[in-house]
Amino acid sequence: MGVLSSSVSITQYRVEGTIEDSFLETVADSLTNNAIREIDNEPEDKSVGWTSFETPFKLDFSGSSYIFGTHLIFSLRIDKKSIPAKIINKHLKMAIAKRLQDSEREALHRNEKSEIKDEVIRRLFMRMPATPNMYDLIWNYEEKIMWFLCSQKAANEELETLFSKTFKLSLIRMFPYTAAQLTCGLTDQEKDKMEKLSPSTFYRGQHA
Amino acid sequence: MLDVSVAYNRYTFLGHEFLTWLWYMIETDTQKLLDPKAELEDMYIGNRIVLENSSHNRDEVVTIKGDGAGLEEGVIALQKGAKVTEINLVVKAGENEWRFNLKGESLNIGGLKSPETGRVESAEDVEGAVLEKIYLYEKMVDLTNYAYRQFIKSRLSTEWETSIVKNISKWISQAAKA
Repeated sequence: MGVLSSSVSITQYRVEGTIEDSFLETVADSLTNNAIREIDNEPEDKSVGWTSFETPFKLDFSGSSYIFGTHLIFSLRIDKKSIPAKIINKHLKMAIAKRLQDSEREALHRNEKSEIKDEVIRRLFMRMPATPNMYDLIWNYEEKIMWFLCSQKAANEELETLFSKTFKLSLIRMFPYTAAQLTCGLTDQEKDKMEKLSPSTFYRGQHA
Repeated sequence: MLDVSVAYNRYTFLGHEFLTWLWYMIETDTQKLLDPKAELEDMYIGNRIVLENSSHNRDEVVTIKGDGAGLEEGVIALQKGAKVTEINLVVKAGENEWRFNLKGESLNIGGLKSPETGRVESAEDVEGAVLEKIYLYEKMVDLTNYAYRQFIKSRLSTEWETSIVKNISKWISQAAKA
C-alpha cells in the first residue's frame, strides 16, 4: 500500500534506540546496503529489501527522495516465487523418468529422488519471475514513531526483522498493551494496576 | 513490561473493551472524544461493526454492515455479553471526511480514506502531496490515540467500576428499549 493511495492501512510502531553517528548519512548507507536484490533468473525463492516508494523497481535510491520534512518515507519490498505443487510434480516425474531411462534402471533410491526434486525446484525457480509486493513506511525520526502502511502479519514481521538488521534499532508494535504502557502517560501505580486487569462485564441486567 | 507476544493475547480484551466504550461514548458524549486542538467536528459509526461473544464457552460473531444499517442486533449482542472487535468510523471537519476501520486487538487502522488531495501531475507535486497525506493520516492516528488514552485513564480509575460500567450498562438497557 502506498502513501499516495486512495485507501491505506496503518500499523503504528515506536522506534527504540538511537543512531549515534550522522543520522541521515547512516540512514542513506544502511538503506543502500539493504536495498532489494532482484532474484529473477536466480534459484532463490524470496528476497526482502528496501526500495524507493516513488521508483520501487529501481535497485537503488539514486534520483529518488525519501526525506520529507522530519519524515523518511521508503518501501519494504518483498519478492516471492511460488510454484504450484502440480507443476513441481509434473517436472519431477519427467526428471525421474529420464534418469531411469538414462541409467537403465527400474527404480531410484529415496535420496536420489530427493536430490532430483531439489534440482527440479531450483531449475523452476530460475525460470520463474518473482512477484513483487511493496509496502510504504513513514518514519518520523524526531518523534521516534513509525507507521507501516500494511496490517498483514507476515509483512509486519519481515519489516521488524529487516528494520532491526538495517538500522540496529528496534521497533515496538503498538497494540492495546504496548500503547497503554508507552504512550498513555501512566503512573507507576496505574501500570501496576494494569498488570492485574481482568475483563469487565458491561451489561448487568435491566435498568429502570 | 510483559513480553510483547504474551501481552498481545493477554490484553486483547482491552482493545475490545475500548471499542465498546467508544461506541458508548459516540452515542452519549462524542465531543469528549475529539481533541479540541485537532479541529475535528464530529465522529460517528460508519457502515460496519463487528461484535464477538466469547463468554460461556461460545464463540459468537455478529457483523452489521451496510450504509444506514440499524445497530439493534449489536445492542442485543451487547446484552448477551458481546464486545466490539472492529468498528468503522466516520470523522468530519467542515467539508472534509475520513472513513476508516479500527481493530480492537491490534489498534490497527484499516481502509483509511482521507479527504481528496491535489493531483500529482509532475515530480514537483510529489513532496506537497506526500506532506498533505501525512497531515491527513496524522489526524486520524492522533484521534485514535487520544481516544485510547482517555479510555485507558478511565479504565484504570476507581470510577470505572463505580460509575462508568454502570452507565454503559444503563445505556445498553435504554438502547435495547428504544
